[in-house]
Amino acid sequence: MTIDLKTASVKPLRRTFDHLAEKLGPDKNPTRYQEATWGLQPATNFHYRPTWDPTRELYDRERTAIVMDDFDDLVDPRQYYYGTWTIQRGKQQDSQEKNFDLVEKHGLLNGLDTNWKQRILALLIPLRHVAWGANTNNSFIAAYGYGAPVTSACTMHMMDHLGVAQYITRIGLLLGNNDPEILDIAKEAWMNEPQWQGLRELVELTMVTDDWCELFVVQNFLLDSYVHDLVFERFQAAAIEQGGVTILPMLTEFINEWRRESSRWVDAVLKRAAAESTENTAQLNVWIETWHPRVRDAMRPVAELAFPTQAARELAALGEAVSTRSAKLGLHGEAL
Amino acid sequence: MADNVFIALQNNSEAQPIIEAIVADNDGAVVSESPGMVKIDVPGRLVIKRETVTEKLGREFDLQELHINLISLGGNIDEDDDEFILSWGV
Repeated sequence: MTIDLKTASVKPLRRTFDHLAEKLGPDKNPTRYQEATWGLQPATNFHYRPTWDPTRELYDRERTAIVMDDFDDLVDPRQYYYGTWTIQRGKQQDSQEKNFDLVEKHGLLNGLDTNWKQRILALLIPLRHVAWGANTNNSFIAAYGYGAPVTSACTMHMMDHLGVAQYITRIGLLLGNNDPEILDIAKEAWMNEPQWQGLRELVELTMVTDDWCELFVVQNFLLDSYVHDLVFERFQAAAIEQGGVTILPMLTEFINEWRRESSRWVDAVLKRAAAESTENTAQLNVWIETWHPRVRDAMRPVAELAFPTQAARELAALGEAVSTRSAKLGLHGEAL
Repeated sequence: MADNVFIALQNNSEAQPIIEAIVADNDGAVVSESPGMVKIDVPGRLVIKRETVTEKLGREFDLQELHINLISLGGNIDEDDDEFILSWGV
């Protein structure tokens, strides 16, 4: 007896959920990211308006001046959803922990020049409070924003900022021989020393900014650019070159990696929002024009702290970098 | 067509960005889906570019990762860090 083996091929009737097929077309396979993100935003059947804002629905697309036909278009090029994000951050944390272990085990910070140590402490540690402000602001966007691509990415960004604050704290403790007093000194500086007051005022001002897209521009685009370019790129490069603090990039590895990666996301969101309409572009330009000078002024004393002799040049370079970046996104954004 | 080159990949979510990149970079690519497998035929030359896959995938892609989901291929391979090329050339 012979047995004929036959294969039957069954063509699936549909490739994905209807709401994804509607957006992608029937013949496209969605990515996991699209499945995990699109269509999550509750949009109907809210019944009651919130008592804290009776003029709007619970989730309302009008909490920002930016108008999108579909807020699901503001996608994250990193394609982070909870799974991919935690796997990536887990890997990065492992690597960062190993760096800290190595530095501690071999006492790699022992020979550090006292002058440079003081400069790093004075500049870096108060940034814990800036990172915490960024954490709060992204939490605000996640709460009041519209469309899961932005709100979920901001939730992750919020936690990332908390991670950055913790790593800054770790660096402070490492430099301060595990004496938490170093953190109190930094907080004292943040609260009272004149060179931090401009930035502190700015951070507090962002915390009472109501439009979540505006806050996105100020916090994730302008402020992050200035702070991270100044401290973790320019100051760090100077510390290596002039102070021989070659160990610093090991301690800031995550911060730098994360910053490169997350700015790709911030750029993509702004570029897509600007491409939607000329009104959006104009609105984003107004926000950049309003806030860029404020951010620059607030950062001036911090730049002086980082570069006592050439702060003006450094600050101009930071502004230049932001302008180049916004020009690439179809926005103008000269520091006015 | 005798001068077709082809590549067959497992039909899963990891291979999806690679397939999309191949379709984007190769004119005349014919994608045929079987259960569990996707076979892509291209006349003459098939290129997989690291940069395109990276963009579709949303993270850095090492071309060696291709082999995890690779089933079969037809053509001579010319491979470097940035491109994986199949052709019948010498």
